[in-house]
Amino acid sequence: MVTQAQEKKSVIIKFAGDSGDGMQLTGGLFTDDTAFTGSDLSTFPDFPAEIRAPIGTLAGVSGFQLHFGSQRIFTPGDRFDVLVAMNAAALKSNLKMVKKGGTVIVSEDGFDSKNLRLAKYDETQNPLENNTLEGYEVMKIPVTKMTRESIGDSTLGTKERDRCKNMFVLGFLLWRYSRTLDTTLKFLNAKFKNKPDILDANIKALQAGYNLADTVEFASDRYTVAPAELEKGSYRSINGNDGIVLGLVVASKKLGLPLFYGSYPITPASSILHGLSKHKNFGVRTFQAEDEIAAIASAIGASYGGNLGVTGTSGPGLALKGEAMGLAVMLEMPLVVIDVQRGGPSTGLPTKTEQSDLLQAMYGRNGECPLPIVSCSRPSDCFEAAMEACRIAVQHMTPVVLLSDGYIANGAEPWKYPKASDMPEMKVEFAKQSEDGSQFMPYQRDEKLARPWAIPGTPGLLHRIGGIEKEDVTGNISYDPANHEHMVKTRERKVEMIADYIPAQKIESGHESGDVLLLGWGSTYGVCESVTRSLAEQGFKVGHAHLRYLRPFPANLETMMRGFKTVVIPEINNGQLVKIIRDKFLLPAVPFNKIQGTPIAHEELFEFVLNLVDKG
Amino acid sequence: MAIESNPTGIPYTLKAKDFATDQDVRWCPGCGDYSILKQVQTTLADLGKLPHETVFVSGIGCSSRFPYYMETYGMHSIHGRAPAFASGLKIANPNLSVWVITGDGDALSIGGNHFMHLLRRNFDLNILLFNNQIYGLTKGQYSPTSEEHKKTPSTPFGSIDHPVNPIALALGCDATFVARTMDRDPKHMKDVLQQADAHRGTSFIEVYQNCNIFNDGAFEIFTEKDTKADTTLILEQGQPLVFGKSGEKGVRLDGFTPQVVDLTADEFTKADLWVHDNADHVKAGILARFFDNPTASPDSLPRPFGVFYRTGRPSYEAQLHEQLDAIMGSMGEGDLDKLIAGGSTWQIN
Repeated sequence: MVTQAQEKKSVIIKFAGDSGDGMQLTGGLFTDDTAFTGSDLSTFPDFPAEIRAPIGTLAGVSGFQLHFGSQRIFTPGDRFDVLVAMNAAALKSNLKMVKKGGTVIVSEDGFDSKNLRLAKYDETQNPLENNTLEGYEVMKIPVTKMTRESIGDSTLGTKERDRCKNMFVLGFLLWRYSRTLDTTLKFLNAKFKNKPDILDANIKALQAGYNLADTVEFASDRYTVAPAELEKGSYRSINGNDGIVLGLVVASKKLGLPLFYGSYPITPASSILHGLSKHKNFGVRTFQAEDEIAAIASAIGASYGGNLGVTGTSGPGLALKGEAMGLAVMLEMPLVVIDVQRGGPSTGLPTKTEQSDLLQAMYGRNGECPLPIVSCSRPSDCFEAAMEACRIAVQHMTPVVLLSDGYIANGAEPWKYPKASDMPEMKVEFAKQSEDGSQFMPYQRDEKLARPWAIPGTPGLLHRIGGIEKEDVTGNISYDPANHEHMVKTRERKVEMIADYIPAQKIESGHESGDVLLLGWGSTYGVCESVTRSLAEQGFKVGHAHLRYLRPFPANLETMMRGFKTVVIPEINNGQLVKIIRDKFLLPAVPFNKIQGTPIAHEELFEFVLNLVDKG
Repeated sequence: MAIESNPTGIPYTLKAKDFATDQDVRWCPGCGDYSILKQVQTTLADLGKLPHETVFVSGIGCSSRFPYYMETYGMHSIHGRAPAFASGLKIANPNLSVWVITGDGDALSIGGNHFMHLLRRNFDLNILLFNNQIYGLTKGQYSPTSEEHKKTPSTPFGSIDHPVNPIALALGCDATFVARTMDRDPKHMKDVLQQADAHRGTSFIEVYQNCNIFNDGAFEIFTEKDTKADTTLILEQGQPLVFGKSGEKGVRLDGFTPQVVDLTADEFTKADLWVHDNADHVKAGILARFFDNPTASPDSLPRPFGVFYRTGRPSYEAQLHEQLDAIMGSMGEGDLDKLIAGGSTWQIN
């Protein structure tokens, strides 16, 4: 008997299985369906660096976390309401994060003696049979067996049939949350259009999972989650790297410049290269270079030729690009350098997130080498942040660093997307030969201190540029001491002046002044926002400001910070923005740091800030 | 001769000096670079190149100051990376005549990676490698082309590096135009430069260039009158490989083994000699291995100069733009609003 569905305000589900179990796809498809129901949501895919770690091992566990609800959702959530574990290793590495009394759905076939051994469980102590799962609602489902049975006669081999296990699980969860199969069927029909056998098997497994409750008694509970109150408009789901791809393409069209993207594959930035490569009908030129240095050098060469030159990488790649970034500063050439940060130093934690390249972006070059830094705060923010980076690069004739991170890159959320026609054109003009025939001066500056963009092929503007110090105005080589100091100061001032061309910093939520300002940047947006809202609701004088512009800072930032007794800077690093804020403003900002390759959890930041607020 | 409108609209004919800038040339007096600069300026004028459609891109090193002396567009980039800057530039604007200026350290040591990829991709540009077998700008350390056992400030007891053979390397990278010339033979250099310019694809030219400060006379056996005829072999398309003061020596192939023969003896005539065919990759490979000291013994092979190899292969940027055009043709110009909305959307009302 199916009972009445119970209503839930929010649910956190973690899909966990072996790398080959298709958990990223399962999570992604469940997320797509969730988005269509109007829930707000946030996701966090978490996968190993190894492409196929040995099957069944703890190292091979791949996970996908989804938080959805009828209220605003800012983070993928701390602890899970529901854990789906496809094998013993997935259970072992995730059980500690399941809420007390939460639901654990396990695929029983993933708990044979081999799986137990690989998960480092005592073979005689099957967690499904002892007291390990006491206090949880446990659903043991023979997923493999039931998937095989549901497919029945098929030309597919056992291995291929077993690959449909994830569809069985997905079907069950769609039923459990009172969904239909429509979205998933549409996806499967499109994906396996030319593979009727595989399509048939996947659909059968999906439907069998959906109908599981008819045959298994414990599975009878159903839930609903009402739509969230989101701003009116058109929505789609977006992950961070896709947001950057779209922002770059739209910026290039609005600027009227062909987009050139030079890149070398690196996790977690590669999907920007993949994404842009598809958009050749928007005039996008992608170039998979031989290394990180050639990637940035080719982008600078393309900018020199009048394209919008962009390169993208992650931390180790940014280190390799340092010298060329210095050249771009010297050439005063438009360029966007995207760094999708990951755990470091060195190879570090390639598939885990971190915000530890801020100091590298700010200072990691030889000489006095200032450049603007723009950051993305969440998947739905990447589009605008990327456009801003392009705008600043072109209008101010400077390389710009755009910082994102692995958490933003792979995480998805609903995005109220804009219409391209509503966005203004961005003005850019190449230098032209003067009408009076006067000699072209490549380092003559405008009111923004930007020099002219003079591209080869233009008559009358012959000139030479390079990495050797330039004489002011003429751009000729100069070793003159006073000129060098003047040029160093001018390049610095040019970057600082960008503060006059960016919006003022605003408070995202909470109070405009008071006890604690949570000052964040990058992917801590969600946790800063949810903690601030919680504390403000409880009457505490807390505010949240999130910086998009890290260099220069918005002009009103200092005044804003001084309106609070304490400024707390949460970062997924060992304290980087906090150093810059203390240095620049002589203000005793308080760091809150987590360096575990994972986002900051709501409860830990909440506790920390609670201790700092006035409870009088 | 080229005609270009000057700012007042009056056409004029360009001469070599029109390609010279007002900057003082700062190479050491007696440096081989002067001769190369002169020949490049002359050749561009003779070819009718328009200065504003010509770009010189260089790396770091003595030779890489070259762009500052050319009244064209120019970029003095960073060490070893000039090929990568030039690649991006050619994608942005395939119509430009681009010349990469580099040296043995710049191209073959720090920039070895980019050099290899530039050649295999076959961007339509020219690369002039000034080979002086030494690091000049950093004051005399041995380079990747220095001979073995070379004593330099960084190798006071002699170097133990085996030198790279630039021509063999270029052929190994499937370069589509491979040539060698020398600073002391302006006429030969000009001829090679003209052929390089006419070639569509990456034209690689190794120029033997004397560094009179740190490695003086490195190539003198090839450049000085009394030895040149016996040590050098000037490659001419369709002509037999003949050298020596009065053309008394030749090279024949015994199977795949090249052999120096005496044409004054009765055994061989010109008809027995290897006839140069720069379309033959295998033979170009053998010619590239004429790399030992030609004065070592009477049987030693001479050092070849001229075009070793040339072949037609579409350039990278031409293929890139063909692909872009084909996709634009089949898919039509992209619609930004559709792109932003993506596959599936929903409304909140």
